[in-house]
Amino acid sequence: MPAVTMTVNGVSRSADVEGRTLLVDFLREQLALTGTHVGCDTSQCGACVVHMNGQSVKSCTCLAVDADGADVTTIEGLANGADLHPMQEAFREHHGLQCGFCTPGMVMSAIDLVNRNPNPSEGEVRHWLDGNFCRCTGYHNIVKAVMAGADAMGGGS
Amino acid sequence: MDDFQYHAPSSVDGVLSALRGADDGKVLAGGMSLVPVLKLGLAAPSHLVSLRNVPGLSDIEDHGHCLKIGACCTHAQVAASSVVQERIPALAAMAGRIGDPQVRNCGTIGGSVAHNDPAADYPAACVGLGATIITDRRKISSDDFFGSMFETALEEDELVTAVCFPIVARAAYAKFENPASKYAVAGVMVAQGDDGVRVAVTGAGAGVFRVAEMEAALADDFSADAVAGIGVSSDGLLSDNVAGAEYRAHLVTVMARRAVEACG
Ligand SMILES: Cc1cc2nc3c(=O)[nH]c(=O)nc-3n(C[C@H](O)[C@H](O)[C@H](O)COP(=O)(O)OP(=O)(O)OC[C@H]3O[C@@H](n4cnc5c(N)ncnc54)[C@H](O)[C@@H]3O)c2cc1C
Ligand code: FES
Ligand code: FES
Repeated sequence: MPAVTMTVNGVSRSADVEGRTLLVDFLREQLALTGTHVGCDTSQCGACVVHMNGQSVKSCTCLAVDADGADVTTIEGLANGADLHPMQEAFREHHGLQCGFCTPGMVMSAIDLVNRNPNPSEGEVRHWLDGNFCRCTGYHNIVKAVMAGADAMGGGS
Repeated sequence: MDDFQYHAPSSVDGVLSALRGADDGKVLAGGMSLVPVLKLGLAAPSHLVSLRNVPGLSDIEDHGHCLKIGACCTHAQVAASSVVQERIPALAAMAGRIGDPQVRNCGTIGGSVAHNDPAADYPAACVGLGATIITDRRKISSDDFFGSMFETALEEDELVTAVCFPIVARAAYAKFENPASKYAVAGVMVAQGDDGVRVAVTGAGAGVFRVAEMEAALADDFSADAVAGIGVSSDGLLSDNVAGAEYRAHLVTVMARRAVEACG
């Protein structure tokens, strides 16, 4: 089996994986980082979004072997101890979640947006979230949360 | 998903020899089409050969009369490129509307043209703008490159290395998108360049096609009115749960009109 080494949430992690192991399965099953979710098998829902080398990607559609050497951040890597990341705090404050299933992907996607576009308009937030599906909230509070999170981030992570 | 051998060579030659040494080898670029195909069990290659370590495939070069875009340029990179925005704004805008941000962060131009999904945007951009597909061994005009769905002129072990887009006087792309995936239900690229007017349609048929009648009408009179009355036959157009063939035929005319309007 091929060996992979990648930095996950700042820590170097190595393991043997099968070629076909998806990044999301590596994170969830081998590293026990279950905050990254799987909501579909068609690469459409965005529950699995993580950052790879600073960009948001769908970890259900990346092979773990192809992420060898990458720098990966998952939802578990955002908070600083008990201090939530400003985007997480904004989701809490603005009720940007109900069941929470889509939330890790929403938050990771939103942070990538703000890193590129520190002051997104509401339209830009909605357009950016094209790849993140929520079955519960109706999106309004998610959009509010992302706008507030962008403000709180003060233009970058 | 069946298991496979994975390779990540660091040169084009290394990729080609890995492909030749495999029973059923496939190139892996952004994985945004190939990984879903593998997950659904629609293909089970013996070897995957990743392009991620091959240098020089992600450059965007301005050659004066054309832009050369490396096969591994992501849709996000093309959309955000100031050279593409300035020289062929229709191409940057088209790339910025592919899928969603995460698809654009991984998916590549080379993967998109090689895959030739009947609903993909790049085939219309390539044929509409009169692009040339560059491979490790030859140059292929877009008109000869794209076949019916998922078919191209590529040989089994042939690698797309870049796509060259001629600079055109004006061009615009209009698409009616599937609301969930953003793939084209009907997408039309209209361009006026040195070799006349081109109108290329994706999403509606089994593969990208040109509409000669619209091209002739626009060559005469480049206005939205010139195409508004020209319909395409629904024979052979796709029909699915999003749109039937007749509706797709209707959309082709509407998208063509919108694209001409957007050319300004
Ligand atoms: C949710 C979702 C929405 C999408 N929406 C759209 C959309 O709106 N419009 C659109 O156009 N596309 C859409 N796509 C497809 C996306 O653009 C793909 O990224 C693209 O079609 C394939 O590029 P890739 O780099 O991911 O290729 P891969 O998936 O890695 O490869 C695709 C195929 O091309 C071959 N290949 C890859 N690179 C090369 C090369 N350089 N030379 C030869 N063969 C090669 C592979 O062997 C494979 O057969 C969507 C995808 C998803 C998952
Ligand atoms: S799990 Fe749905 S997009 Fe990855
Ligand atoms: S909060 Fe339940 S899916 Fe979004």
